[in-house]
Amino acid sequence: MTPADLTAYLSAFRARWQVTLQYRAAALAGVVTQIWWGAINLMVYAAFYGGTSAAPLTLPQTISYVWIMQGTLALMPWGCDPDIADAVRSGAVAHDLLRPVDPWWWWFCRAAARILGRLLPRAVLMAGFAGVLLPLAGLDRWALHLPPRVADAALFGVSIVLGLLLSACITVLLNVATVRTLSPLGANAVITPLSLILSGNMLPLALFPAAVQHLLLLQPFAGLGDLPCRFWLGTLHGPWAAAALAQQVAWIVALTWGGRLALRRTLCQLEVQGG
Amino acid sequence: MSGLSLWLRYARASLAGQVRYPGAFALQMAGHFATTLLAFAGIWILFRRFGSLHGWTVGQVALFYGLVNIEFAIAEMAGRGFEIFGDAFLRTGEFDRILLRPRWTVLQVLGHQFRLRPLARLAQGAAILALGLAATPVRPALFTAPMLAWAVGGGVAFFLGVLIGQAALSFRTLESLEIVNVLTYGGVEAGQYPFDLYAGWFRVLMTWIAPLGAVTYYPVLAILDHPGVPPPAIAPLAPGLGYLFLGAMLLYWQSAVRRHASSGS
Repeated sequence: MTPADLTAYLSAFRARWQVTLQYRAAALAGVVTQIWWGAINLMVYAAFYGGTSAAPLTLPQTISYVWIMQGTLALMPWGCDPDIADAVRSGAVAHDLLRPVDPWWWWFCRAAARILGRLLPRAVLMAGFAGVLLPLAGLDRWALHLPPRVADAALFGVSIVLGLLLSACITVLLNVATVRTLSPLGANAVITPLSLILSGNMLPLALFPAAVQHLLLLQPFAGLGDLPCRFWLGTLHGPWAAAALAQQVAWIVALTWGGRLALRRTLCQLEVQGG
Repeated sequence: MSGLSLWLRYARASLAGQVRYPGAFALQMAGHFATTLLAFAGIWILFRRFGSLHGWTVGQVALFYGLVNIEFAIAEMAGRGFEIFGDAFLRTGEFDRILLRPRWTVLQVLGHQFRLRPLARLAQGAAILALGLAATPVRPALFTAPMLAWAVGGGVAFFLGVLIGQAALSFRTLESLEIVNVLTYGGVEAGQYPFDLYAGWFRVLMTWIAPLGAVTYYPVLAILDHPGVPPPAIAPLAPGLGYLFLGAMLLYWQSAVRRHASSGS
């Protein structure tokens, strides 16, 4: 990769990031929706916990987990890049592929920028609400609590960045699927529920039956939410922490390799529609 | 032509378009059905771990879950035009063409699309409701069946009212307001559980302002003959609030249409 290439990728990233940050009203509406969703979930969990403490997570841990999940919802691979889907529909994707850049990296930078631009304002607003506003309002019981140690917070940050890269890899795969099938609907319909369930967004992975715990921790979607949350809660130490980060890196490498292969195959037999 | 037969003609045309590719359609349906069913699996997992929820069994919660999903699915099928109203009708100026036609605006927007995709939600809601009814002792069918029909009608009216209110609000904002999702998708999420586990403010808000509880929680209390806050004699009346909500939203829609100034070209 030459410096000129790098500049192209960086400017793709910057342009996409700036466009995404423009949608302030959407970010605010998103946060209000997530707060509402979080509140419903918290009341349901509190009722399930009742007085028991026989669960692998305590109620305060589950509450923090729910707020982190709602705050990082934008980290989920919500589907194919809408601009790419439009380009596939109109045939303009042929023009995109003529650019003197590697399409995989080009799409990856766009995806990462879009995810970051959606994630950052929402996560900051959510942290302000659940971590600052709720305790100030005397609702400490329902608030997001800080990680037990500084090291946990740092590991959480690393894990979130890895999650972002992972999510961008999955988005590029969805782009490739869209180029191949000419419609984003199929891929999007599968990936959204899959990532919501397997990332722990719908239900903390630790609360799933014990028999499937190992499988759940090995699959790629755990790296989009559950593993970062475990770092925040301070439940991953020493070798386990290293294993969790290695799991994320391994999936990023695997999806990059698989995605590049799938893209190459798809471009070999590409049919462009439109005119 | 009467309003109903006109709407049926709209719906027929829309359906014919959607099943044009039957293979893809069936595949999409099957996938959607399987993934929505996983939501109930989540509730089931929680019951396995914790045993019970505020004294409710999983069979009883299945009744809440099934009912609210059926209600929302039907409203979503018919009300798609209102859901995308701001983007698809107002910003494009398409609504002006509707105003030119000698028919009620609500009928025409309802006819925009009769969506088949929510059939998957409907099917899974019905399946879960049937399982719940099989697993839970309820009042005799002579009471339960009409009560459920009355509740489903009220629930469809409530969710349609939300969608119509969302569309009427977009006369001001010129875009579809995502924030209303707290009442549609968020309403389904909240209605899946018995209301007594929620905080007081939430219950009041979601029963008297947006009467979600009146079309999900109270009718189920009635068919379970559950000793609740309203005595079982009054609970059957609750779904009426859903119809009233729809009426209020229609009035709001009419007044918004009267003040409408076009933004299209």
